[in-house]
Amino acid sequence: MTTEILGVIATYGLTLLLAWPLARYIVKVFNGEKTWSDFMAPLERLFFKISGINPKEEMTWKEHLKALLTINLVWFVYAFFMLMFQDKLPLNPDGNPGQSADLAFNTAISFLVNCNLQHYSGETGVTYLTQLFVLAFLQFVSAATGIAALIVVFKAFKEKSTTKLGNFWDIFLKTNTRLLLPLCIVIAIILAFNGTPASYDGKDTVVTMQGDTVNVSRGPAAGFVAIKHLGTNGGGWFGVNSAHPLENPNYVTWMTEMVAQVVIPIAMVFALGMFVNRRKFAYVIFGVMTIGMLCLLIPTMTAEINGNPAIAHMGIQQATGAMEGKEVRFGPAATGYWSTVTTIISTGSICGFHDSTMPMTGLMELLAMMLNCFYGGCGVGILNYYIFIIIAVFISGLMVGRTPELMGHKLEAREVKIAAIITLLSPFLILAGTALSSWVLAHHPEANWAVKPSAWLNNPGYHGFSEMLYEYTSSNANNGSGFEGLGDGNVFWNVTTGFVLILGRFLPIIGPVAIAGLMASKKFIPESAGTLRTDSITFGAMTFAVIVILTALAYFPALALGPIAEYFSLYR
Amino acid sequence: MKKYLLPSIKLTVLLLVLLAGIYPLMIAGIAKMAPGKGGGVTVTHNGKVVGYENIGQKFTEDKYFWSRPSTVDYNAAGSGGSNKAPGNPDYLKTVQERIDTFLAHNPDVKRADIPAELVTASASGLDPHLSPAAAYVQIPRVAKARGMAPEKLKQLVDASTKAPVLGMLGPSTVNVLKLNIALDELK
Repeated sequence: MTTEILGVIATYGLTLLLAWPLARYIVKVFNGEKTWSDFMAPLERLFFKISGINPKEEMTWKEHLKALLTINLVWFVYAFFMLMFQDKLPLNPDGNPGQSADLAFNTAISFLVNCNLQHYSGETGVTYLTQLFVLAFLQFVSAATGIAALIVVFKAFKEKSTTKLGNFWDIFLKTNTRLLLPLCIVIAIILAFNGTPASYDGKDTVVTMQGDTVNVSRGPAAGFVAIKHLGTNGGGWFGVNSAHPLENPNYVTWMTEMVAQVVIPIAMVFALGMFVNRRKFAYVIFGVMTIGMLCLLIPTMTAEINGNPAIAHMGIQQATGAMEGKEVRFGPAATGYWSTVTTIISTGSICGFHDSTMPMTGLMELLAMMLNCFYGGCGVGILNYYIFIIIAVFISGLMVGRTPELMGHKLEAREVKIAAIITLLSPFLILAGTALSSWVLAHHPEANWAVKPSAWLNNPGYHGFSEMLYEYTSSNANNGSGFEGLGDGNVFWNVTTGFVLILGRFLPIIGPVAIAGLMASKKFIPESAGTLRTDSITFGAMTFAVIVILTALAYFPALALGPIAEYFSLYR
Repeated sequence: MKKYLLPSIKLTVLLLVLLAGIYPLMIAGIAKMAPGKGGGVTVTHNGKVVGYENIGQKFTEDKYFWSRPSTVDYNAAGSGGSNKAPGNPDYLKTVQERIDTFLAHNPDVKRADIPAELVTASASGLDPHLSPAAAYVQIPRVAKARGMAPEKLKQLVDASTKAPVLGMLGPSTVNVLKLNIALDELK
């Protein structure tokens, strides 16, 4: 077990080591300074020329959002029809069928919003064409959308008083060409040389040692797996995601994928400090986020390493920890670390099934997604955290009886209202969704859907309730992992989670961008002795308290019915 | 909205070519130099391809080292785990049955010595590995079935064990398929 824990520590350390230079590079790219990747500039100019875009045209925050929402709408329509008619299109060596309208709706939205909730299985539900030209494509551009929104906020922080916040197309395209694509190529090559398939060949058939005939699904997965992590998307090529021995063949690929998914979110925090030249502000944010992560990680790893008490009761010792739904090449420590990281940063890829983790781990996974701001997804993590900062500044202002300020701008009623609405949105979507599904399950168990409500739950009792709670929490957080025992491949789940996904994605992008844009257009107030310092440890503690209190108040009752009750029934 | 629609469509088409067209083709091209030429690494025995290195196989005969329980019966056309909760009574019954089956085939083994992974299903249903302990515990059965000395089998398991990365990161693993091939080639 020592080597397994060392592996986790080394992987986190490696992530930090790589995040620092990456942050410097990100700042250079978005400041328009010279970098090694300038050889991409002619290609970018060509793209802008053909598209009729002037990348030098400065946009206001409203124009940014209009451009962002328009191109997202285009992607949605495109993805929806491609998925429905994939059976009639080329690159389908395994002869997989087209998706039903409600499944295509859910899949298109889910990949559009960087969530990758998958109500299909990669081997049978999509074709190579839609995997690459719809899903992998959306994995790139949805991550770039989140980062572009965050860079607008960075620019708003940086300027003293302005309405001009850069050009959306320019930021968006550069995120793809300068950041995501080059890193993806490196990661994909590492994966391919460790055994992840990359060729376009279809299924293979082999006769095994004992004489069984089995098929082996394959395909150009290496590039897909790279962007799925780098863009904090999480949607797997194969049904079981990164637990699949071709998608994640060994511990080296495990480390690679693990670093890949969290390196940009961490780098973005450092980049914030460098970009707006308030490094201490960024360090405090990083500190709070890291402490938050550890609070979730330590109980998770402890529970998984100690194993399942019900199996211990049968006289099995579990020296290798809780192994149901886990792979031997990763073990419980690595799988526990992955489950924490994938839920705090909204990746939602898995290397072991969350449905089979211990109740304490399940609680931590749910909490991580409810918070959704410790490092967080590509771009959107800091946007979520920013909302908590606004609330913390507001409350601190009330406590000392002064008009709150942030970054030299007054924080007034309109901004606080937006922040409050965004804060309340998550509990509303999660709890209302879970309540609705519980009601349907109790009152219409025989409804005539592909999976009847009475057959939704794979586990009885408290854990069954957690399966539904998890699905909406994951949708709202745009996470994409699941308690996969849930029978979610039917019209009820496809449609309800589809709407939660859209609202849970775009409102938390629109809100922070609007707040930052509104604030940046106000008069700049130089710092004085009376200014609340947002780069102090006291303020970091204040933000942490705000996050914990808001989350506890909103979700404790639901969590008590699910994982907490399960915990006390299992550890009697 | 209208002002942005046409640029959005054009930029989307261009990015499709770059990100969904060129990028995976390039990776597929580079992967031609990788083991298995980017199609997955196969394993041969007696000149025949008998499987993929990273895809586990079902072994049920006493003369082979068994793989872990699988919910997809090791058919790699798909993949899947049980998604059973730790306290689910049906699931615990299944585990109990697996323990009983294992003890029936391995009468020399004490219940407390059964490693958990031999009675729990893997995440992928295709787990190609065992921990060294889970291979050791099967040695008496395999030795009896093959009429071989247990010490020799232990050496074989040790030789098939892959150490942690750099000797210190992650778990030690034994690839069951390769171990069983080595076992067949021993005679």
